[in-house]
Amino acid sequence: MRTDSGNPVSRRSFLKISAATIAAGAAAGSALHAVYETPREKGIRRVPTYCDLCFWKCGAIATVRDGRLWKIEGNPLDPLSRGRLCPRGTGGVGAHFDPDRLRTPLLRASERGREVWRPVSWEEALDFLASKMRAIQTNYGPESMAAFVHGIGGTFLKHTLKAYGAVNIAAPSFAQCRGPRDTAFRLTFGDDVGSPERTDIENAQCLVLIGSHLGENMHNTQVQEFANAVGRGASIIVADPRFSVAASKAKFYLPVKPGTDLALLLAWMNVIVSEKLYDKEYVGKYGFGFEQFAASVVPYTPEWAYPETGIEPETIRATAREMARYRPATLVHPGRHSNWYGDDTQRERAIALLNALLGSWGRKGGFYIPSSMDVPGYPYPAVPKPSRPALRAMSNKFPFANEDISTSVREATITGQPYPIKGWMVYATNLINSLPNQDETIRAIRQLDLLVVVDVIPSEIAGWADVVLPESVYLERHDEMNPELFKQPFIALRQPVVPAPDNQKPNWWIARRLAEKLGLGAYYPWKTIDEYLEHRLTAGGYSYEQLKKQGIIRGKQPPIYFDDGAPAQFDTPSKKIEFYSTQLAQAGFDPVPKYTRPDPGPPGYYRLLFGRAPVHSFSRTQTNPLLSDVMSENSLWLNAREAQKLDLKSGDYVRLRNQDGKLSNPIKLKATERIRPDCVFMVHGFGHTSKALRSAYGKGASDAGLITRYKNDPLMGGTGMNVNFVTIEKGA
Amino acid sequence: MSRFAMVIDTHRCVGCQDCVVACKTENNVPEGYTRDWIAEEVHGEFPTLHLELRSERCNHCSNPPCVACCPTGASHVHPLGGVVLVSHDLCIGCKACLAACPYDARFIHPDGYADKCTFCIHRVERGLDPACVSVCPAHCMHFGDLDDPRSEVSRLLASRNHHALLPEAGTNPNIFYLT
Amino acid sequence: MTELTYTRHNPLIDPIFHVWEWQIPVYLFLGGLVGGLMIIAGIRLLVLRPNRREALVCCTLGPLIGLAALSLGMFSLFLDLGHKLHVWRLYTTFQVTSPMSWGSWILLLVYPALAANALAHLPEAIPALASRFPALVKISDFILARPRLVLFAGLTNTALGAALGIYTGILLSTLGGRPLWNSAVLGPLFLFSGLSTAAALLHGILVLTMPSGERPAFADFLLSALARMTQARPLDPAAAPILASADNSFLTVEVSLLGLFLLGHVTSTAVHHRAAGLLLTGPYAAPFWVLVVGLGIAMPLLLQTLELAHRIRHTLAPSLLVMFGGFALRVILVSAGQASRWFEALN
Repeated sequence: MRTDSGNPVSRRSFLKISAATIAAGAAAGSALHAVYETPREKGIRRVPTYCDLCFWKCGAIATVRDGRLWKIEGNPLDPLSRGRLCPRGTGGVGAHFDPDRLRTPLLRASERGREVWRPVSWEEALDFLASKMRAIQTNYGPESMAAFVHGIGGTFLKHTLKAYGAVNIAAPSFAQCRGPRDTAFRLTFGDDVGSPERTDIENAQCLVLIGSHLGENMHNTQVQEFANAVGRGASIIVADPRFSVAASKAKFYLPVKPGTDLALLLAWMNVIVSEKLYDKEYVGKYGFGFEQFAASVVPYTPEWAYPETGIEPETIRATAREMARYRPATLVHPGRHSNWYGDDTQRERAIALLNALLGSWGRKGGFYIPSSMDVPGYPYPAVPKPSRPALRAMSNKFPFANEDISTSVREATITGQPYPIKGWMVYATNLINSLPNQDETIRAIRQLDLLVVVDVIPSEIAGWADVVLPESVYLERHDEMNPELFKQPFIALRQPVVPAPDNQKPNWWIARRLAEKLGLGAYYPWKTIDEYLEHRLTAGGYSYEQLKKQGIIRGKQPPIYFDDGAPAQFDTPSKKIEFYSTQLAQAGFDPVPKYTRPDPGPPGYYRLLFGRAPVHSFSRTQTNPLLSDVMSENSLWLNAREAQKLDLKSGDYVRLRNQDGKLSNPIKLKATERIRPDCVFMVHGFGHTSKALRSAYGKGASDAGLITRYKNDPLMGGTGMNVNFVTIEKGA
Repeated sequence: MSRFAMVIDTHRCVGCQDCVVACKTENNVPEGYTRDWIAEEVHGEFPTLHLELRSERCNHCSNPPCVACCPTGASHVHPLGGVVLVSHDLCIGCKACLAACPYDARFIHPDGYADKCTFCIHRVERGLDPACVSVCPAHCMHFGDLDDPRSEVSRLLASRNHHALLPEAGTNPNIFYLT
Repeated sequence: MTELTYTRHNPLIDPIFHVWEWQIPVYLFLGGLVGGLMIIAGIRLLVLRPNRREALVCCTLGPLIGLAALSLGMFSLFLDLGHKLHVWRLYTTFQVTSPMSWGSWILLLVYPALAANALAHLPEAIPALASRFPALVKISDFILARPRLVLFAGLTNTALGAALGIYTGILLSTLGGRPLWNSAVLGPLFLFSGLSTAAALLHGILVLTMPSGERPAFADFLLSALARMTQARPLDPAAAPILASADNSFLTVEVSLLGLFLLGHVTSTAVHHRAAGLLLTGPYAAPFWVLVVGLGIAMPLLLQTLELAHRIRHTLAPSLLVMFGGFALRVILVSAGQASRWFEALN
């Protein structure tokens, strides 16, 4: 146990301090902070780095006062944050002070899932891990070791795993989040929307949000640009079953029936095509298969869409004309988390096509063409050629997936087909809450010979692990640099602000040490992360010293719109924008999106919808003392009149039971006019069941626990999760 | 003379609570307490609704009831901008000021004294905006001097519709919400 | 339909403001009682012929109880303070707009006034004390030998008592953040409530010491033992009807002021109307009507009226009910007042 200054503090004295803190109650946050204080450092120190509270990676400057981490603010040089962080980023200090964070490597000391641990040294933990991985390699082949990662911190672990021979490295951010969107846009425009999204909200005259709740969904740059759009009076159209914050800023709010967004999109396109409101020049120049497309949307009139969506035909027409009026500066936002109903890639394709009609791709106020600074990769030795391909390549089940599908890895783990998966490395993603159907995840875990979790907090998935490796939080470590693909090209550096308080290590150290234990030391020619970063930057012609000092190096600004000379290239089979997709037709899918009515659910049930709150990221921030102080539990949004029928009022605690009998934790009711009567809504990430997350345990309810059903997207294997229905039971 | 005020654009505000978190870190506000917060006010019936989000805090009233009722002079008006402050070492923790404030903007700090928003006077004295204003990702908050007609806050109030909280309470609040 | 929600969650403030617990009602009750005792004692001192025996209960026992009650009340107030070690800051300043500042200085003056009143007749009231501490006799002689001093002490007691009683109400009524308290009627209301409890207390003491065949033997034993020890002069039962009738007048004024208080709110702004609703029909209505109005005012009024009409004998019951009602009034007003608010939030 070490403090910031390196003063050893015995575990005993630390425990005493902890006990005192608990005894003193909620008000005594400062007592805990005392553990981290270093009396020797005096004065103010500012260190630039980039944020890790979500995947947006905003440039930030942390301030240390008298040796104690004080605050974090946006780095004004950074094009993402523009000097202002979101509430999570501002609360990032709390990640360092998190009372429940992992402190030392742990080996499982009882059966899986019982959360009984033995604290061990890094050497013992990594020796154990390496021996288990070697056993998997010998018994099943290295392909049987799979990984699930989230975020830039996984770079070095992925490198070690690839050197070892692993081929199945999945990110739930694909099949459980942005996969359908990126697949659809690639099918249409030949390119991803990317992250950060290439949306030019800043210049949009008309912004269309479909379920996307910017403002609650706190992607910093987008929210800043959204507020600017509101401020300058841009026309905003929001379709959402819930009267979101964004809806409250809209000129048109369309309270669409859940699951019928595609009908609305088709009707919009019907109006724009039939009234010839589309950008004829753009479509003529860049479009492929427009005639087939136009013929295909003929039946989808606003009158047809009305009973499906609940949106009046006149409103559909008015909004379609509004979009056309401002084109090409009309941005139909593709959203991010797009796994809703299983038809998600086709819905996203309809969004892509609507944008194509409006001519917004590559245009100011639509989708810009991003660029990044060229930083050569590190000249590593080539990784071994796998003897078996990735699972994804062995099945034609989801032909348009271009990334590994987390749920397919899970399925292969359960079935052992096409080959057994016997080891999982999980980095910074809480699989229990990020994958649908927790029972399936646990069933897969029971098949494993090895589950290793690398994380900063004892998440639910860590509770099932054999080995838990505590990573230092972003404020205490270096990471891979970020040469971001964005509107303005730049490179960002993450560097330590304060030392890790206990026995936590940065991911690069863990990855490198594990490689050495596996006899793969040759794959790490560099000794320290400084050496690695400096080598790459110097090779690219940049100064590491400058980057360390500023945190950000900006590059030259290339044109970002077609009209300014950005290349209009479409990496599709036709090299054009595919209104009609021959790829899809050949694979047996609808080449132009078609609507199927969603399952309305059993009578008397509410559809369960979930989303984001601005102060939390997934299920990863609920023990952050600053963020949990601002929002410690989620609430259940229920239409006020429905609540009245059920004799419930705001503040009452209720439980939800889903169609399969799963019962949730108690959750506080928010009886509100702000939601349709046929669905309920909660913020994702609460209702923790890991007892080690003491400050978040049992607070609020988990949507993930109720998502027992999911509908696979046949194109790319995404898991539509808004297909669960619940009833409400009174009382805690 | 100067009169500090905040002008907050409810159109731009998304209610993200960044102002709240920034205040907590900047001012070391103890866990479980907050000096600023978000009010969510909804009018109408679904789906015809109006939502106003407001970042709220002490209104630094020009006629502050919390100062009038203080038996020791701990609650006082600072000469710089009329900011309402509490001298911790004069405060006996009688809580009269808490009861006097119609905005419920005050609380008793775990150390025993009455506490609340200071308009980040330690930053303002150095020419910076209050932490909440400087962090706001929606750029919906503005801080400045109402006695200066050329200040941003004065110009905003002159050009936009606005309201303050509970003008009928007679406190003359200095936080204004653009609508 | 309006929904108002706050993300604020400050301890003692949210969801319902409750910064004051039992300490403040106790302080306000004892303050009112002391105020009442002072007025009664002050007036008795002014109109007293020294040989009248009821001086004992009003002029000596009253102020003595007052000194104890005041100390207890101030201790209770002290217990409520968040920053206790800074309490002396009250006496390094005078804040003209702060009732609490006025109150703390008044309290400082109340002690000598009460003491002077008590000491004037102490030797004749409790001879045992006088023989033990001859200085008491000297003090008493000193005071009684100077009619202008007696006059001054009497006037001071009356005036300070009124100030103290009114102050306990004004303390609340100036706290504009709690609409239920926004009424200057609270001053006289608490004053008359204080007077009624003071009269009831003295009346109760008289009833207790009256010769009575129905009193349990042990009570008689205790009382006679006390009398032997102090060699106190027996109390004059003739004062009982005077006190009961005074008490009835105070209760009548009190109930009228309560009516005015509520009427003022109901005819004021929506916020104040809503605040009065807490007492009229809301969560505080049942305790308010039953405990304060029913048991604390109406019932003792009836009992004392019957006593005065010689339909029933003087008993302890009305005295206990009035004191209970006076305390309940403070508890309920302090509690309901804190629950009243300008904004009607959902959470």
